[in-house]
Amino acid sequence: MSKTNQAIVSKHDPEHGTLRSYVTGFVTSIVLTVSAYLLVVNRGNATTGLIVKIIVALALIQFIVQLFFFLHLGKETKPRWKLFVFFFMILVVLILVFGSLWIMNNLNYRMTPSQQFNYMNDQGGGF
Amino acid sequence: MTTPYNVATIKTHVPDNDTDSKTILGFWIYIMTDCVLFASLFATYAVLHKNTFDGPSAQQLFSLKYVLTETIVLLTSSFTCGLAILSLRQNHKNKVLFWFSITFILGIVFLALELTDFRHLALQGDSWRRSGFLSSFFALVGTHGLHITVGLIWMLVMLVRVWMVGLSKGNIRRLTLLSIFWHFLDIIWIFIFTIVYLFGALGI
Repeated sequence: MSKTNQAIVSKHDPEHGTLRSYVTGFVTSIVLTVSAYLLVVNRGNATTGLIVKIIVALALIQFIVQLFFFLHLGKETKPRWKLFVFFFMILVVLILVFGSLWIMNNLNYRMTPSQQFNYMNDQGGGF
Repeated sequence: MTTPYNVATIKTHVPDNDTDSKTILGFWIYIMTDCVLFASLFATYAVLHKNTFDGPSAQQLFSLKYVLTETIVLLTSSFTCGLAILSLRQNHKNKVLFWFSITFILGIVFLALELTDFRHLALQGDSWRRSGFLSSFFALVGTHGLHITVGLIWMLVMLVRVWMVGLSKGNIRRLTLLSIFWHFLDIIWIFIFTIVYLFGALGI
């Protein structure tokens, strides 16, 4: 029973990890998280813009590390449906997030302060 | 034109294995749509996070040390979940139970830390009713917490099932799906940690 089970598992799931891959993923993630934290806490003379760029880069690296070592993305055999769906998700997410920010900033930009005040009063809210 | 893969190997697939990989792919597609849900909440937060309505900003509210503890607890639980899956591949029932129990306890600790933080905020009058910023904050982090809660209930059910039935074929499939779900929640947390808490501490 147990032997057949194991055979089935390793056969149908060629994309499983090893102890080594999980430990690598875990240690890298911890290092990336703690270094992002330390950068923000001890900022020194660095400008906010620079720190933002670095911590966004650290988050993206950690994202890829966890996808690769924990979720084993990209280790599947052809046809790579999971990878395909993943890239489609990334596309939708980028359109959603940056599209929203673009539209909302554009609306803010087109409103002069007095318009904003009138608008809020018209809505019965505001101050 | 040559086919990119050998057709003969596909035809000799055991039918059960085929359904299993289809189940995993289906669950993966669900996870990807859940990412889109979180993306819309992140977009809402990004648009509203400056609208504090004279209330406190992220910089004034959050303690980074506390959030770092939460992050490390969740990250460790994701790792122990991976170790549980390794034991699953080796067919060690007791090791699977042990590592999933550790994952479960770490998940409970994370949830307790998060709810303590939420309770503290609500008691000092900074609940979701305070401002647009806090509404979007609670919607985003609360949805993540809700996913964690559902994952923990699922994990508890699976612990009982494995303990009673053992590592049956169905249980192996369910545990594989659960591990995908749990790793996914940790991945979402990377972005909550960076965008909500670290950006908040920087005051942007």
